[in-house]
Amino acid sequence: MLKIESRGYESRFWRYASPVLALLLTGATSGLIFMAMGRPAGLTVYTFLIAPLLQQDGFEALAVKAAPLIMMGVGLSLAYRANVWNIGTDGQFTLGAICGGGLALAFPDAPSYVIFPAMVVAGILGGMLNGGLVAWLRIRFNANEILTSLMFAYITQYLLVYLVTGPWRDPQGFGFPQTALFSDDALAPRLIEDTNVHIGILLAPLIAIGLWFMLEKSLLGFQFRVLGQATRAARFAGFRENRLVWIAMLISGGLAGLAGLLEVTGTLGQLTTTLSPGYGFTAIIVAFLGRLNPLGVIPAGLLLALTYLGGDAAQINLGLPNAVTGIFQGILLFYLLGCDILLLNRFRWVPSHAKAAR
Amino acid sequence: MNDAVPSGPLLTMTGMTKQYPGCLANDHVSLTVERNQIHALLGENGAGKSTLVKIIYGVVKPDEGEIVWDGQKVTIQNPGHAQRLGIGMVFQHFSLFEALTVQENIALGLGSAKERVGLRERIVRISNEYGLPLDPDRVVHDLSVGERQRIEIVRCLLQNPKLLIMDEPTSVLTPSEVRKLFVTLRRLAAEGCSILYISHKLEEVRALCSAATIMRLGKNVARVIPAEKTVKELAEIMINMDLHAPTPRPLAPSSAPPRLVLDKLTIRSPNHFGTDLKDISLSLKGGEILGIAGIAGNGQSELMDALSGEILAGKPESVMIDGIAAGHMGPHERRRIHGCFVPEERNGHGAVTTMTLAENAFLSGFTRRALVRFGVIDTKKTSAFAENIIKVFDVRTTGPKAQARSLSGGNLQKFLVGREVLQEPAVLVINQPTWGVDAGAALAIHEAIMALAEGGAAVMIISQDLDEIFVLADRISVIAGGRVSEPVLTRDATVESIGRLMGGGSAPAATGEMEIA
Repeated sequence: MLKIESRGYESRFWRYASPVLALLLTGATSGLIFMAMGRPAGLTVYTFLIAPLLQQDGFEALAVKAAPLIMMGVGLSLAYRANVWNIGTDGQFTLGAICGGGLALAFPDAPSYVIFPAMVVAGILGGMLNGGLVAWLRIRFNANEILTSLMFAYITQYLLVYLVTGPWRDPQGFGFPQTALFSDDALAPRLIEDTNVHIGILLAPLIAIGLWFMLEKSLLGFQFRVLGQATRAARFAGFRENRLVWIAMLISGGLAGLAGLLEVTGTLGQLTTTLSPGYGFTAIIVAFLGRLNPLGVIPAGLLLALTYLGGDAAQINLGLPNAVTGIFQGILLFYLLGCDILLLNRFRWVPSHAKAAR
Repeated sequence: MNDAVPSGPLLTMTGMTKQYPGCLANDHVSLTVERNQIHALLGENGAGKSTLVKIIYGVVKPDEGEIVWDGQKVTIQNPGHAQRLGIGMVFQHFSLFEALTVQENIALGLGSAKERVGLRERIVRISNEYGLPLDPDRVVHDLSVGERQRIEIVRCLLQNPKLLIMDEPTSVLTPSEVRKLFVTLRRLAAEGCSILYISHKLEEVRALCSAATIMRLGKNVARVIPAEKTVKELAEIMINMDLHAPTPRPLAPSSAPPRLVLDKLTIRSPNHFGTDLKDISLSLKGGEILGIAGIAGNGQSELMDALSGEILAGKPESVMIDGIAAGHMGPHERRRIHGCFVPEERNGHGAVTTMTLAENAFLSGFTRRALVRFGVIDTKKTSAFAENIIKVFDVRTTGPKAQARSLSGGNLQKFLVGREVLQEPAVLVINQPTWGVDAGAALAIHEAIMALAEGGAAVMIISQDLDEIFVLADRISVIAGGRVSEPVLTRDATVESIGRLMGGGSAPAATGEMEIA
């Protein structure tokens, strides 16, 4: 029979091998699901993970999708390492987009060197406001941030719908629920002309590297790590929990706000009722797939960006429903968390005759 | 308690082997417990005592070895099976619900409704019979630790055990409670319930046990009759080295200025079932060691937290470190004015077990050792600091990169005490300096504390171990119910006089200014 037994220490090998195993299992399981839906498993996995990259602008599209995921995933890995469970980055993303986008709509004639930096600041502040409220509720009322941050995600979504269908609706938009297009000066600077490859694609890895340094090398990062692993030890050292909760929520909220602002100025060019295809929730998977390490978040963000593209391709080429992206991501998170049992435990085959002999 | 006419030993274990990953916890260990016997299991921390006991109680399955119980070869499947065989165990840490009554707690441990019939009468009968007075209707929250232990013992006795395993039972008791417990245990043994007694208090083992199995590093090293050996001989077998007693220190000169002063320190415990601190006034001079004796749960952890700054005092003046009002300061600021602290719990309080020793050295050392430059950790200096602690305090480990949890309790405690001592504090407060620590490590810690005091620091040790307090302290106070008694000179104190205060009976509340004569 198969036995699970404790290793007594954390395996370095499985620390890195466990996400890979999770990926393989995810591929196999989703293949089975596709087979059950009457599609050849191999072709579907190919369509999902490889075909999108073979497109002419495959890598550009991947980078554009990955940038917001990496930014948010980095902020989340920081917060999660400190045991601050912000799961409402989708809302912080949206509020960042609303605040920055609102500025663009209010000042359509402002020159680019004024309006875009102002929008970036507004976007970050918007995300921070949302995150800060969550921190305040936790500290002041001991309200669980998992619940409050999630609830704020719905509140901001309804705020967005209200603005886009109400006061901010484009008067010349034939009644569509969307705002006017931002002026060209209010769009994110491009790295490559005439593409969607915007400045955020450069920023995301830089932010990841910066926060990795902060988390691993600085006193502040040390405080986060101690708080996450032993609250009492943090108190003993004199680290102030409330202050760290504030900082974690402001950083993860601010980064989500920045991601939201770059998404509307980089790819959409206006506000609509659906700014995010669940980026904030996917970023949770990104953070865990990256082992809550800001550097690991970079490849993890690229991979989950690929599942978005793959979902689109599967819809178009194979006629599969849109839900496959969510299913694929859900299976991945499931296996990711499940495979972590191998960090501290190992499976051992115990022949049943040995047991009888004892 | 058993009616059959017994013959042969009650329990014989031979060749017990248990391999944990990276650690051979038991290496062909043998143990024989006779009928009507109080048998001691002695050994340092990490010697493999608890693994062996867990095997007997069915918590751990051995890789090899044979257990003969009451003449029958058995494989003990789980604790339920052990109980059915007649094996009961009283753990060091009780599993009681504070908000429930004695009877409710006992009922929860029973399997079926049938077993609960007449429970109340049986509790009263057993507790009277064995000198374990208990009121079934009292709520556990209101009971002393000694009374709580009685609940656990009664809970075991309800199962009519033939063997009762007791894990460090006296560490939470006052001297008079210990005497009462011994009467109970002797009586149980006489009536046919053997006792397996796990302890590191050698004097007790000598007084109580008729045989002792001594373990070291997972192996048997000796089986002795404790009364025939001295405490020193027993300790030397246990740790395989010669022990020399710490040399006594001269008293601090009375002209020395006070370095730690508490003035009517009063604090409400942040914990629901904690103990509030009431009007604590004390004054410690440089070069002096003050011992705070007391039974667990009388405000020791609150006092520790109030001194370290984890709980802030209402008035800044109620805690003075080197003449600076510090009651409003957090731990970080108190370290800056030369205060250092070692909390009782190593895992997750004094140390982060999943972090490396270097990171743990940084945890409380970064302020005083200036291990941060421009907000960035100075890795080199941190590592050197950790290396220095390891070297000076002879911490057995692979180096600063080892995780704290890979160390044995004694080694980690040496590291944590060393971390604070090497910061050269003016005031050092240690809660339970050698709790769960082997004799060799305890000696090293005691010597470090004395050397620090000789160097002019004021040291406060909070300990439940009276022997330790009598060895180390110049003066002794007792904490009971959140109040601290007036310190007495150690040479004027006796175990009996301190023990009486620990019971809380005639504890004179510490009020007003208290300077030593």
